[in-house]
Formats: sequence, structure tokens, C-alpha cells
Amino acid sequence: MQTDKRPLSPHLQIYKLGWTGIPSILHRMTGVALTLGSVLLVYWLAAIASGPEAYATAQAIFGSIIGQIILFGFTFALYYHLCNGIRHLIWDAGYGLKIETVLRSARVVAIASVVLTVLTWLLVFIVGGA
Amino acid sequence: MSLRTPLSRAKGLGSAKDGVHHWWIERLTAVALVPLYIWFVWGLISHAGADYETVAAWIGSPVTAVLLVLLLAVTFHHAQLGMQVVYEDYIHTEWLKLTSIVLTKFIAYVLAAAGIFAVLRVAFGG
Ligand code: HEM
Repeated sequence: MQTDKRPLSPHLQIYKLGWTGIPSILHRMTGVALTLGSVLLVYWLAAIASGPEAYATAQAIFGSIIGQIILFGFTFALYYHLCNGIRHLIWDAGYGLKIETVLRSARVVAIASVVLTVLTWLLVFIVGGA
Repeated sequence: MSLRTPLSRAKGLGSAKDGVHHWWIERLTAVALVPLYIWFVWGLISHAGADYETVAAWIGSPVTAVLLVLLLAVTFHHAQLGMQVVYEDYIHTEWLKLTSIVLTKFIAYVLAAAGIFAVLRVAFGG
């Protein structure tokens, strides 16, 4: 049996990524990032359970410049993974699989996650009065 | 020529035995996570800059506590299933792949339990 002409899965170093490949790899990267980030969620909840001092420490960490940058990154990762996850679920249901639709929904997801991230942080600063 | 038995082909489960189940639960948890995270992010926004007492009262209130317990359980179940697929794609040394998958599952369950315990502690004021 001939085995050398089988299709290969996209090889990241030589495959030209576009509006199909980048969303796919971003979905995976945001999924892994969110998995790591979920440790912070548990830490935050544990700090609340431990009392005011532990909570103040957590808030100081999250409120620092680096903390804010990391939280901003996680906000985008969450929105991207959430929106693109919905896109995946729609595909799994058998819809939106025409190539024009796939390319259009990729752009919708990218724009929506940037807009939602910026909107979220605007609201946080307005509500928080910082 | 296929080496698979007719029974194996009829079951259609492949070598992992539970591929369809894994796929289905990953989607089921994804569907549940959409409303849970929209609700949670909204809650975080509305408590931006709030003091400790206000935040603790929110986390410990019955509706929030129940939804947060669900969010934690479903998140870690989804994350652990997702990470398994990532390992299966990139790690080709069998023992390393298995070790990574098992370790990730254990850590995920420990984190889920710790998070749920923290929420309950706030709710019941322990
Ligand atoms: C907020 C709502 C979420 C939705 C709608 C969602 C949806 C999905 C879907 C549909 C997949 C399968 C993708 C595929 O077919 O390849 C997936 C994979 C994954 N998700 Fe989520 N997810 C959500 C939240 C999360 C969170 C909070 C985490 C981590 C704590 C997470 C971690 C992962 C990981 C690690 C994968 C595997 C990535 C891969 O195989 O490329 N997800 N998600």
C-alpha cells in the first residue's frame, strides 16, 4: 500500500495560516491559557473564604500593573474562546460550514471578542470608579 | 483487508473505547459554560471596586453559590477533557502522554474541589 502521499495535518512551520488556521490555533491556545488561568479563579475564591486580609492581598496582586495586564489577557482569551466555541458548536450542529460562511464567522468572532474585551474593561473602570 | 472484528466495527468506538462520549461531554460542557460565564463576568463587572463584605455577600448568596459551584465543576471537567485532546495531538511518547493526561485530570479535580469548598465556606460562613 502506498503511504507517502497521505494528507498531512497542517504543519505550523510551513503551512500558510489564514482566516481558517489562525482561529483554530487561537481556540486551542486560549483553551490552554484559560486552563492555566483557572488556578487564579480558585485562588481568588479561596482568598475570599480566608477573610479580609487574604482578600486584600489578592486584590493588591490583581490590581498591580502586571496583574491588570494578565487579567486583560484572560478577558480576551475567555471572550475569544467563548465566541469561537459557539462557532464550533454551530458547526457541530451542521450549520455554517460553507467556506464563505466560515471565513465570515471567523472575522465576526475576532471583532466581537475585541469589542467585548474593551467594553468589559470600560465598564469595570466606570463601575469601579478607578 | 481490515483486522477489526465485525463486532468492533458495529460498536464503532475505536481504540479509545469512549471517543464519542468524550466528544459529546466536551460539547455538552461547552454549551453549559456559555450562560455561566456571561453571568459570572457580568457579576464581576457589577462588583468592580466593591469592598470585602459586599463581594463575600455576593459570592455566598444562594443563587451565586449554586451557580459558582456549577461553573467550577463544569469548567474543570471541560478543561480536563480539552487538555487530553491537546496532549493526544502533540505527545507521541506513550508513557509521557498517559502521565500528562492523568496528572492534568487529578490537578483539575483538586482545583475544582478547592474552588467549590471555598464557595461553600463563604456561603455557610465557616
Ligand atoms: C466559556 C464558554 C466555553 C465554550 C463555549 C467552550 C467551547 C469549546 C469547544 C466547542 C471546544 C472544542 C473545540 C474543538 O472542536 O476543537 C473547546 C475546547 C477546549 N476548551 Fe473550551 N469552551 C469554553 C470555556 C472554556 C474554559 C473556561 C476553559 C478552561 C478553563 C476551556 C478549555 C478548553 C480546552 C483546553 C479545550 C481544548 C482545545 C483544543 O482541543 O484545541 N474552555 N471549548
